[in-house]
Amino acid sequence: MRDFWNTALRDLGKIGIAYISVTVGVWVVFMIIIPQLIMFDYSLRPMLPLRELGGPKDVWTLKNYLVFFTNRLHMAIFFKTIWSSLIVTLVALSICYPIAFYLAKVARGAKVGLLMLGLIIPYWINELLRLFAWQIILADMGILNQLLIFLGIIADPINFRMGNGAVILGMTYAYILFMVFPIYNVMESLDKNQLDAARDLGASWPRIHYKIVMPHAKPGIAVGCTMTFMLAAGTVAAPQLLGSPSSFWFTQVINTNFECANWNLGAAYATVLMLLCVVFMFMMLKLFKVGLKELTQ
Amino acid sequence: MGQDVELLDVSMRFGEVYAARDINVHIQAGEFFSFLGPSGCGKTTLLRLISGFMDPSEGQIKIGGKDMRGIGSNNRPTAMIFQNLALFPLMTVEENIGFGLEVRHVSKAKRTKKVEELIELVDLYGTGGRMVSELSGGQKQRVAIARALAVNPAVLLLDEPLSALDLRLRNHMRAELRNIQRRTDVTFIYITHDQTEALTMSDRVGVMSIGKVEQVAEPDVIYNTPKTAFVASFVGETNIIQGDIIRIDGDYALLKTAWGSFFCKNPQHITKGETATIFIRPETVFLAEESTAENVLACRTKTISFEGAYAVVTLTTEQDQLFTMRLNNDGSVPKLQEGEQIKVRFSRKNAFVLKNGGTPIA
Repeated sequence: MRDFWNTALRDLGKIGIAYISVTVGVWVVFMIIIPQLIMFDYSLRPMLPLRELGGPKDVWTLKNYLVFFTNRLHMAIFFKTIWSSLIVTLVALSICYPIAFYLAKVARGAKVGLLMLGLIIPYWINELLRLFAWQIILADMGILNQLLIFLGIIADPINFRMGNGAVILGMTYAYILFMVFPIYNVMESLDKNQLDAARDLGASWPRIHYKIVMPHAKPGIAVGCTMTFMLAAGTVAAPQLLGSPSSFWFTQVINTNFECANWNLGAAYATVLMLLCVVFMFMMLKLFKVGLKELTQ
Repeated sequence: MGQDVELLDVSMRFGEVYAARDINVHIQAGEFFSFLGPSGCGKTTLLRLISGFMDPSEGQIKIGGKDMRGIGSNNRPTAMIFQNLALFPLMTVEENIGFGLEVRHVSKAKRTKKVEELIELVDLYGTGGRMVSELSGGQKQRVAIARALAVNPAVLLLDEPLSALDLRLRNHMRAELRNIQRRTDVTFIYITHDQTEALTMSDRVGVMSIGKVEQVAEPDVIYNTPKTAFVASFVGETNIIQGDIIRIDGDYALLKTAWGSFFCKNPQHITKGETATIFIRPETVFLAEESTAENVLACRTKTISFEGAYAVVTLTTEQDQLFTMRLNNDGSVPKLQEGEQIKVRFSRKNAFVLKNGGTPIA
């Protein structure tokens, strides 16, 4: 601790230390701790008319959480959200792993830059607008249906937005970068000679990926999966814009609660969702045998 | 058992640039063969062509008489030891060594036995369960050798694997490599820019300059009778004097230089009137006696560095050119002072004249 303090003093000076402490402190306290505590407090109180706030009925209770655990529809939506987010994560992983490998170990020079640009350009446009674009593509008389009809593959337009398909597609598209970059980053640091060595020793390509590339890329895969899962489970835009009544997302339930002025129930549901994400993160760490420290690299 | 490797008119082009051009070498089965050359001469390219990471633009590579075109590195009877070793850091020593067998679906029992044998061969007892990162430089070296030998290669390709070691360990590993090569009878193809390494370990050496093989011969032949000016100046220390051939006398030529006129061997049979370069090894230069008349050089000592068994003396002439000699510490040599005027001589048998050109940038 003393060493840490001395090094910091030497490198940053007193003003530097004060500046960093204050900014980080403000950020942690006002952006993370206080809002979460307020939400948590809300979630533990019953919804009351204004005049009864602070009165004898305004006490901490687990009633809001009980509502969640006894409402079968909301439970079903919750588990469906987990399941669909897992699918989004898996689809994104299977698309992004080859992209990341190609970018990190196969492509050279200008090609890398071009591909990177191709990946990033869509992100210059707001997420909502991108989702609207998918709405247009997938609409009953949208581009995709018109193309398929023009090519004579189908006679009548398909309703692509039935079920979860459109939402999963839209989310996968929206979160590709969050999967590609962590994996790309770790793959970059893989020594290409190791691939050559494995090849030279007689390994096939699937084998090289399984034995050499994947173990090396594990921290990146864990980060990518965690981020994608959290984003997918926590977004409200994609299900709202691309979803159908049958693809109701848990975030939409939370949103409805807030819109119906039942902040307390909404806060309880939001806490449940946050707990889910934390649990998922630790499960990923366990699954990939990665430490919290490696995750942040 | 080793197999022979034939390079037939092999060329490798990257865009417009030739990394290797018209290479013709026949490496014998069970031979320890070194490609020696400065960095950028194309020797690593040659190794990667033999190992199958790429196919030559032109020409043919045969291993054990079989054309290798189109056969990937995973299906060639070769194994490579990389310059940075490229050990798998997430695997233990045993897993590293057994990797080639595992991917060939060799049974666990057989694999364990082979790995044990190899650990014994390369003298790595007791490290089998350790991670590669816990090993010393020399031990890593041995793991790389064992891993490559595990797949029973007919040809082992080594890309300057000793360059990262300190001098003592390097000397030790040289002897070790030579020893392992003799015991396993595998063909070793070794790439290096270190002439001592090439000369001490190899049965034969191929000296390369930019993309070309200049001479292929036994180490002593390379050193004593280099075929080109490049080989003469790249391998070993040498003194260089430019001059014009003014007379041909059988196998010898007389050259007129700024330092005087000298007789020397003329292996390339250069004709009278041409400008050429004389090469003289420092250890073939001696102090001249009064009676010596031929190949005498008057000069002044500049620096004398005593190295124990011998002393390296740098000499300058009136033209301010440098010349070195190596005097054995056998008691017959008087103690020299710096700045002293002396006369040195060399035998016409030990000097040779070669065509200009192709000298490496020192």
